[in-house]
Amino acid sequence: MSLIRIPPMLRSEVGGVREVPAEGGTVRELLFDLIARFPGLRPQLVEDGEIASYVNVYVEGEDVRTLDGLDTSVGHGSTVILLPAMAGGL
Amino acid sequence: MPNYRELLQQIKSEIDEVDVTQARDLLAADDRPLIVDVRELDEWTEGRIPGAIHIPRGNLESRIEQAAPDRAQPILLYCAAGNRSAFAAKSLEELGYENVVSLAGGYTDWKRSGLATELPRTLDGAQRQRYSRHVLIPEVGEEGQLKLLDSRVLLLGAGGLGSPSALYLAAAGVGRLGIVDDDRVDASNLQRQVLHSTARLGEWKAESAKRTLEELNPDVEVVPYIERLTSENVERILADGWDVIVDGADNFPTRYLINDAAVWHDIPLVHGSIYRFEGQATVFKPHDGPCYRCLFPQPPPPELAPSCAEGGVLGVLPGIVGSLQASEALKLCLGVGEPLVGRLLLFDALATEFSEVNLRRDPNCPVCGDSPTITEYIDYVEFCSGRPTHA
Repeated sequence: MSLIRIPPMLRSEVGGVREVPAEGGTVRELLFDLIARFPGLRPQLVEDGEIASYVNVYVEGEDVRTLDGLDTSVGHGSTVILLPAMAGGL
Repeated sequence: MPNYRELLQQIKSEIDEVDVTQARDLLAADDRPLIVDVRELDEWTEGRIPGAIHIPRGNLESRIEQAAPDRAQPILLYCAAGNRSAFAAKSLEELGYENVVSLAGGYTDWKRSGLATELPRTLDGAQRQRYSRHVLIPEVGEEGQLKLLDSRVLLLGAGGLGSPSALYLAAAGVGRLGIVDDDRVDASNLQRQVLHSTARLGEWKAESAKRTLEELNPDVEVVPYIERLTSENVERILADGWDVIVDGADNFPTRYLINDAAVWHDIPLVHGSIYRFEGQATVFKPHDGPCYRCLFPQPPPPELAPSCAEGGVLGVLPGIVGSLQASEALKLCLGVGEPLVGRLLLFDALATEFSEVNLRRDPNCPVCGDSPTITEYIDYVEFCSGRPTHA
């Protein structure tokens, strides 16, 4: 099991919580486990079967696009951060 | 017990001295020594040997390690006549410095021999008092403060992030602050935009910012730009010359536009963004690290990207993130420390937690990559409209 950190703009889809546990040994398994339980997240995270281009996924602080993408393995107890772009400044 | 004359004789016999001619040759050599002027401030301000740094005799032991961390570093000490510098050389030897010489005859002989001198630029009395807490920090000092006074920082937005950044940059004595903002002060801004006030409701934010900042520090020149940054005006605004840009914009088109401009003009961009209880900050330093497009190649569709106006923001959050941006901007102006290049700092005010993720430059980035495909300004509003064309 890993903990997935949910960014504030997506929390309404997961009942307002900051972290959601998910099962899986790869980013793909974790994300699809998450989406199976919270289907509202799908359009915000996935685009054509890949991680959407406006979202970054970090495993232990590294962008999975610089690793093996959806196939990046995730160790038990790792923290996964979902990070969509946010523009607010005012 | 020796008297002063005898003690001086004894000390001089224990240290190495050079005369003016030898000193001139040492300074002309490739491995020129660090020149340290140990006189008092009023003597230093009257003129110095070119390239010297100033550490008054009384502070020598406490400050020399900052200036010369390597004990093998050659050091030339001088004072007015060569006596204080002789005692100073003895102290440095006791601290383990191996290559210390004292200039016999001191600055007086140097000047009398017709060798070059220079008048150091210094803070005036009022500035020395105003910036005393900066001058005390070895990494800043008088030189650093003078650098700040010569620095020019452009701020995008005089809002949530821009307020604390601009206040601290002005207080720090950054000589020129440009503020780009096309908005007026609204009552809903005052919960966080501390540059403005109830009395300023309805005023242009850039003008209100100018008044607040120049009242805080008259050393600072504030250049207001009452306009929204666009592809049409960005070159004119950048032509005014900026060392660092602080991005406190509230929309994606401006963020992509300033990113591209910063890459093309090779200006470090201090990024910050906020939403509800969470904020992010990083430094995009062109070609040294990633740019905003390496981090987010595409903006999210508008329906997935609520703004603070829609989603809200804790009033103090921009105070924290904007202050971090000011800290990064000051470090960049001073050339000290490790800026947030290649690192995205995440702050969660609810959990009171900072975390960091690594950012990497994308060699395929359309703007800062090895073979850029975007080389001029595009229609950023369209690019961010949810119908982006893949560049």
